[in-house]
Amino acid sequence: MTVRVQADPFDAGAELNAFAQGRTDIGAIVSFTGVVRDTQGDLQEMLIEHYPGMTTRAISKIADEAVARWALADVLVIHRYGPLKPGEPIMMVATASAHRAAAFEAADFLMDYLKSRAPFWKKEVTAQGASWVDAKDVDEDALKRW
Amino acid sequence: MNVVYFAWVRERIGLPQETVETGAATVNDLIAELSAREERYAAAFADISALRVALDQELSDFDAPLEGVREVAFFPPMTGG
Repeated sequence: MTVRVQADPFDAGAELNAFAQGRTDIGAIVSFTGVVRDTQGDLQEMLIEHYPGMTTRAISKIADEAVARWALADVLVIHRYGPLKPGEPIMMVATASAHRAAAFEAADFLMDYLKSRAPFWKKEVTAQGASWVDAKDVDEDALKRW
Repeated sequence: MNVVYFAWVRERIGLPQETVETGAATVNDLIAELSAREERYAAAFADISALRVALDQELSDFDAPLEGVREVAFFPPMTGG
């Protein structure tokens, strides 16, 4: 299991290749990459704040829970903080398992929990000013699925 | 104890962290104490349903006891992913 919290950009393709490298015990890898979205065409940057002491611990706890619930051979979570430009990757999750169902479900679970239980806060900066992204009820409700 | 603030809570209170000398028994008591201190605290803590609290870097509740706690963090609901 690997958890990385970093300011630096990452190459999701290279990370995924490294994650799969040399494994013969798995039949399925699922990955998700979150990207800075600019739907209105006016986003200058997204500032991601986090709680340094708590972040890695909170993510590891969520990943441990996934490993306890599904038959996973490996889990990768990368999450960035700091100023990000539209189109840049924010975070990625990858799960490896013998079969696809466990890999898909665990990746879905990880994303739902990272969204609402990992201590990150997003602020969008446009020419009109900066505003914090509100947590959505639908994201909190998604946790009830698990 | 060390009290830390994130996101708009940090902006509203105007500082990222501070050392608070307190005898507050619970998180709610600490909030009442800080809110009575200055308007900016009262504004930040006006609606605690919009806030989350972590004690020693673990999510907790507003009625949780503070005995033995070294760090209290206040922040809005998280928006990771």
